[in-house]
Amino acid sequence: MNIGIIVFPGSNCDRDCAHVFSEVMGQASHLIWHQDTSVKGMDAIILPGGFSYGDYLRTGSIARFSPIMDAVAEFAGRGGMVLGICNGFQILLEAGLLPGVMLRNRALSFICEDAYVRVENADTPFTNQCKPGQVLRLPIAHADGNYFTDPVTLSALQANAQIVFRYCDRDGHVTSQANPNGSLDNIAGIRNSAGNVLGLMPHPERGAESVLHNEDGVTLFRSMLSALEKNKIRQPV
Amino acid sequence: MKVKIFVTLKNGILDPQGRAIQQSLQTLGFSTVEEVRIGKFMELDLNETNTASAENKIKSMCEKLLANTVIEDYRYEILET
Repeated sequence: MNIGIIVFPGSNCDRDCAHVFSEVMGQASHLIWHQDTSVKGMDAIILPGGFSYGDYLRTGSIARFSPIMDAVAEFAGRGGMVLGICNGFQILLEAGLLPGVMLRNRALSFICEDAYVRVENADTPFTNQCKPGQVLRLPIAHADGNYFTDPVTLSALQANAQIVFRYCDRDGHVTSQANPNGSLDNIAGIRNSAGNVLGLMPHPERGAESVLHNEDGVTLFRSMLSALEKNKIRQPV
Repeated sequence: MKVKIFVTLKNGILDPQGRAIQQSLQTLGFSTVEEVRIGKFMELDLNETNTASAENKIKSMCEKLLANTVIEDYRYEILET
């Protein structure tokens, strides 16, 4: 499979994602510069973590106007699989490809630690290799991960099983104490209503190899490849 | 013309920075500070002479980029120069 990873000025997890797809998953990774205007030939698109445009104004607010984002939106509109990780999630929110916004973390501090998330929906192209309710340990590293949206949108997310990951404790209990950043409803990751766009704050690419003593993240990438192989939402180019 | 743009969090949106500053001011003895809200202030130089046209552009800038209207309000002042 051809995995396109968008590189914005200030992205810093682009090569990590490329490494995981190339070296761990045995796929073809392609780094795509934000000034490019096409994602032709790609089977899936990753918006990686980092600090695009220095997080100026609001996280993701400037990156969403990068020339490549029209092609990404069009790819997503055709049903193409798009995964946004951390800053990539923030960009998807600003671009309107996912609903809601990120506020500053409740405690104001940048948080860099392992978090536990519960798989709330294992029937997505990004989680089909997970068990429902499975607890994953994934690194988080962000200052603006406090997910917020209006009550109507939150109800829709809940009703349509669009909340894919929620922060929980080691045993899978979704509690306020297990919420690292104050996120509404302990939201760590959501998908769009069509199901082909997912954003999450944790970094699965930082926990996808035994050498890192954490392979929980690899289940997301296995899920994506499985979905692509089944041709469920693979894009003819 | 010069334009001043103010972007502020909507009422009801938690503002942890504002709260931290309010607490800090309280600690400094400014005990009458009941609330602090953080916002952004931007100053633009616009090469425009028509105020109506400038206003349309400013609104569009705010809606598209300068404010995220899910959580933020904006207002502006046009200073004729």
